[in-house]
Amino acid sequence: MAKTMEPKSKTSERMAELTEKVQGSQAWNSIFRPGSIFRKGYSDSPRNRSYVIMNSVLYHLHPVKVKRHAVKVSYTLCLGGLSFFLFILLTITGIFLMFYYRPTAAQAWNDIYTLQTSITFGLLIRNMHRWGAHLMVLSVFLHMARVFYHGAYKPPREFNWVVGVILLTLTLLLSFTGYLLPWDQLALWAVTVGTNMMGYTPVFGDQVRFVLLSGKEIGTDTLLRWYVLHVLFVPFVTVIFLAIHFWRVRKDGGISGPL
Amino acid sequence: MTELPEHLRKRAEAARQKAAEQAPEGDAAPAAEAAPAADAAAPAAASDSKIPAHLLERSKAAKSKKAGGEAEASAGGGGTAVATAAATAVATAAPPPAATGPAGHTQRLLTVVRAGSIQDVKAAPQDKVHVWPHLLAVEFVAALLCLGFTTIFSIFYDAPLLELANVNQTPNPSKAPWYFLGLQELLTMFHPMVAGVTIPGMGIFLLILAPYIDRNPSNKPEDRKFAISVFTVQLMYWAVLVVIGSFFRGPGFNFVAPWDKGLFFEL
Repeated sequence: MAKTMEPKSKTSERMAELTEKVQGSQAWNSIFRPGSIFRKGYSDSPRNRSYVIMNSVLYHLHPVKVKRHAVKVSYTLCLGGLSFFLFILLTITGIFLMFYYRPTAAQAWNDIYTLQTSITFGLLIRNMHRWGAHLMVLSVFLHMARVFYHGAYKPPREFNWVVGVILLTLTLLLSFTGYLLPWDQLALWAVTVGTNMMGYTPVFGDQVRFVLLSGKEIGTDTLLRWYVLHVLFVPFVTVIFLAIHFWRVRKDGGISGPL
Repeated sequence: MTELPEHLRKRAEAARQKAAEQAPEGDAAPAAEAAPAADAAAPAAASDSKIPAHLLERSKAAKSKKAGGEAEASAGGGGTAVATAAATAVATAAPPPAATGPAGHTQRLLTVVRAGSIQDVKAAPQDKVHVWPHLLAVEFVAALLCLGFTTIFSIFYDAPLLELANVNQTPNPSKAPWYFLGLQELLTMFHPMVAGVTIPGMGIFLLILAPYIDRNPSNKPEDRKFAISVFTVQLMYWAVLVVIGSFFRGPGFNFVAPWDKGLFFEL
């Protein structure tokens, strides 16, 4: 208690000493690369601005500098970035939901109901997961439209557009597989309508339907199948395509030029 | 070794000869050595020099002391005095060994390099900004707004959870998720194989092929009237179908007006 009575300069001195000690420690220096702003402090200078990106994991996503028009919100409307952000948000809220959910016909609906009524923030997180999912479908759609209207799919970006269309399909699949999981009347019959449509695939329609439903009829096996697709398989594939998508954005020379 | 343009080499040679005549005591030789040496050897001739007088005195004294000991050494270095010496001579027309130019400038031209021989300039520099803070700040604000919107919306509007699934009780109408309602709407017009498989399959296929179909290199809207029209028509077509399927379809998937019979729509 006596320490608090001491003059202020003493405290700040101690703080400075402590900071120096921590920043000089091997543990700290093993975490942050040489040149990291967490190692040498940050004061605003062109060099430090470069170091922020260059010596952090962000360097995997962003270059040190981008074309000036690329940071204009009116050009991209942030739609691609927001789609990715929503994907992360959905992953986080989805992991939370997984703690309380069992994908069987006997338990699924009750689990969701219990989650909403007796688990702290359960309802809020479920709402965020659902609205976030709809929002992501919307933002991916709008992102595609934005890219088209800017002619941003033209050489050298043709292949990235193809990856983008695949990502759009994967987004729809993610949303659609998640639709069944609450196991309420809405889920069951929406998926019945959807899978019936796919059952009309020429030649092997019945087989497609059988694989999708994990049987002849929609039931508890379908639920397990769609659960694994929703939480593991489709996100896994999506992450791979996202990585390719982001990598190609940079390799193709950043985002497309102004009109 | 970079080659020197012919006219520069000739000029340098002439200057060197002239220097040899003017300074027979071996003043030209030190120029072949490192630049600092030349700096130290302050010009005796330059009366209009910018260097203060007392410094000139001092360096002159030092030089004369040095000259005795190093005379032989510098004389031997004449052979290595290639490009630097020549170029020096070019820059400081006369007297060549002097560190100051005609106007009293103290910099010297060391060598002349043709453009492109060392550095390859590929493209005109672009107008760029640092990602931090310009882009990251924008992204952070956008993400924050998005998170804020989702959270607040989730506080006020609950996700639907209808009664437990019942295979024996078909709700009327039963609808697909909203983004598939355009397809469900097509079901009312076409055979299910056309509406559910062929049309969406073709749609995805054409979308993938778009950059290979559209060979027009311009990205200016005024040059792409056809592409933009086609795409806009497609978008509107789907949007209208989705809106009709979502809001204008009631029991039995029959046409209803939402202001008349209410909404049959769950997100």
